[in-house]
Amino acid sequence: METLHYLSLGFGVALQPENLMFALIGCFIGTLIGALPGLGPANGVAILIPLAFTLGLPPETALIMLTAVYAGAMYGGRISSILLNIPGDEPAMMTCLDGYPMARKGKAAEALAISAIASFMGSLIATIGLILLAPILARFALTFGPAEYFALFVLAFATLGGITGKNPMKTLMAAAIGLIIATVGIDLSTGTQRYTFNVLELYEGVDFIIAIVGLFAISELLFFIEEKAGPGREMIKVNPLKLNWREIGSIFPTTLRSGVLGFIAGVLPGAGASLGSFITYTLEKKIVGKKGYFGEGDPRGVAAPEAGNNGASSGALVPMLTLGVPGSGTTAVLLAMLVSLNITPGPLMFTQNADLVWGVIAALLVGNFMLLLLNIPLVGVFVKILSVPPMYLLPIVTMVAFVGIYSISHSTFDLYFMIAFGVGGYILRKLEIPLVPVILGLLLGPEMEKNLRHAMQISDGDWSILWGSGLSIGLWLVAIIGLLLPVIVGPILRRRMQAAKAKTED
Amino acid sequence: MFTAKSIRWIATAAVALTATSVLAFEPKGKVECIAPSDPGGGWDFTCRSVGNVLETLDLVPASVQTINMAGAGGGVAFAHTVSKRKGDDQLLVAASTATTTRLAQNQFPGMNADMVNWIGAVGADYGVIAVSDDSPYQNLTELMDAMKEDPRAVKFAGGSANGGWDHLKVLIAAKAAGIENLPRIPYLSYNNGGEAMTQVIGGHVDAFTGDVTETQGFLKSGDLRVLAVLSDERLPGDLSEIPTAKEQGIDAVGPNWRGFYVPADIDDEARQYWVDAVDELYASDEWKQVMQNNGLMPFHPGSEEFESFVKQQISDIQSLSQEIGLIQ
Repeated sequence: METLHYLSLGFGVALQPENLMFALIGCFIGTLIGALPGLGPANGVAILIPLAFTLGLPPETALIMLTAVYAGAMYGGRISSILLNIPGDEPAMMTCLDGYPMARKGKAAEALAISAIASFMGSLIATIGLILLAPILARFALTFGPAEYFALFVLAFATLGGITGKNPMKTLMAAAIGLIIATVGIDLSTGTQRYTFNVLELYEGVDFIIAIVGLFAISELLFFIEEKAGPGREMIKVNPLKLNWREIGSIFPTTLRSGVLGFIAGVLPGAGASLGSFITYTLEKKIVGKKGYFGEGDPRGVAAPEAGNNGASSGALVPMLTLGVPGSGTTAVLLAMLVSLNITPGPLMFTQNADLVWGVIAALLVGNFMLLLLNIPLVGVFVKILSVPPMYLLPIVTMVAFVGIYSISHSTFDLYFMIAFGVGGYILRKLEIPLVPVILGLLLGPEMEKNLRHAMQISDGDWSILWGSGLSIGLWLVAIIGLLLPVIVGPILRRRMQAAKAKTED
Repeated sequence: MFTAKSIRWIATAAVALTATSVLAFEPKGKVECIAPSDPGGGWDFTCRSVGNVLETLDLVPASVQTINMAGAGGGVAFAHTVSKRKGDDQLLVAASTATTTRLAQNQFPGMNADMVNWIGAVGADYGVIAVSDDSPYQNLTELMDAMKEDPRAVKFAGGSANGGWDHLKVLIAAKAAGIENLPRIPYLSYNNGGEAMTQVIGGHVDAFTGDVTETQGFLKSGDLRVLAVLSDERLPGDLSEIPTAKEQGIDAVGPNWRGFYVPADIDDEARQYWVDAVDELYASDEWKQVMQNNGLMPFHPGSEEFESFVKQQISDIQSLSQEIGLIQ
């Protein structure tokens, strides 16, 4: 009952005209970002953070817009998967398998429509899951003391590479870089300055937002300069849509199963949307068995991964909102945004910032309907934008980044810092070191250190407090499994994903 | 509109003229107010709300523009005021106990309180010491007695860094209660008061130290028991149920004041103008409404006393910080 009350409060926030408008803008830009190959949802949200600051949006509006971008990017990823056989982002990879064959059979419009409906269903199921689970988990978060939090952060780092991560060593290296940057600034536990070299601007440490925008947006620009202005893609023609209710009904059980499974995959820290779409696809293939024609353009093969990855993306919000531990790269970026708005995720947020949290959750529901409407009749618009040359898009992105970062604290120092991060991000990407672990290290490092030291202070220096409760033992076990599983299962899974993809290309 | 405003202006000017025989200084055009934080923080609130009331009272000719200059807990703004705005009499900078704490602990390298002019305070948020509802401690005396036996008996959580204002409030109270060995008292720093309170309510840490406005949510829900407020007298309104530390025989006061400084080297008339402006603002009904709406408590040392209050607070914090070994 309490949840319903809060949810109605949330709708009050989400349905304000201004918030509705920014949700719509976010959905539109998000779909676009998802559709553009190479520009994933984490980049997309990172690039749009400065926009929120430039416009001077209030916290709830800014967050509503960014979550709409996040949800939109998950929708948009499928467009280039289906039309070009290039996933717009990693989670959309599985959508290529049956989406592209459908398009080649002249059923591109049907594939786009089915995947939009599946995305809608997955997202809807997971948002309902979020509404039911988050308040319970938030109350449960009260039982987390410093020792449990420390174990939880270790878990987050252990599962960082995720099942689909490529090189575990590089992931660890990236996380270490983040941790190193995180040590700059005042040390909360002793009040002394670390690595600030008497530079006043460094006294409060490195601002996450500047680091994120630099690493993602500016490095993207540098890559663009290197590749020079491309002419853009050729126009793709999409056939007129012919879809009846019976066909939509036939994918319904698929989307239901996949949405639930995707949500569960999303809630687990570190697993994220890629795993969501992978397991839903393989499971669906098993369930349908020989009756289906997976890999040759089966609509269920389009519906399953799309419901799965959209479910997972909403699921990943659960640990982020309740425990402050992001379940994916994009939620890490959203977490940084929350922290910079001076809002601490956790049980308190659900009561003290109720209008904000529930406003965002309600906006997810509203945005989901908007996305469905945007993605079925307006899909042609996105297809057209896919062929806009990047020479028009990236200068806009860069301008927004500079204006946005400057408007946060009116400091040119921040701009130099952002450029430095951009160059750093460019070098890291050239070395194929992933950027998301850097951000996670930067975000979670100080928290992890603080909780370890608090635990030590509480126990008067007795290390056994770290595994002193059932909860913390459980978290340690999951962390160990999370560390070992990708090493064992990861290569097998990835080989299968590649093999499945190779088969469709034959 | 124009006539109404000018009549009002003339009236205020006339009052001011009778009050002070010479009125050599008047701000011209835009006045700036630097909030040394990002939008949304306490300093930002100070600048924006004071700016609004100054405009309504016609104490400024045009508007007051708030400029956010975050960094180093106010250090960037302090350095800017000292090095680049010397003699600028159209500038106010928001300050609070956090500013004096950092000055006392040499957190603004090479700078001290004498490098600016301290104008006045417009209110304060008072310190509290609280425990969770199921804690064995019923009042501050019991808590302090336990700490006298063993300084490590009670672990405190607060929203400031180690040696920051929330930590210092514990030390002020402990010192007043006659506890020795202050550095032994465990203090766990969190990112903000909310996070610290969650840990206290969850039973992981024994007691919470923070400001009274932070506790209002949990006070209403009954999860938190405030043992004492560190003010001279009981607070107004609903908060009057909370006993002061003084009532319990512990002479500890911890106001987190909000106020302003202006750059050095401005004319005496200009300085006097701003001191009077803050006095007039504090006395106005408009400001009383702002205070009530935002949980700000009365705090306004007389215009001449404010500067000496600031310096006294700095030297108190300095000696306390030396005692816990934070500074030499």
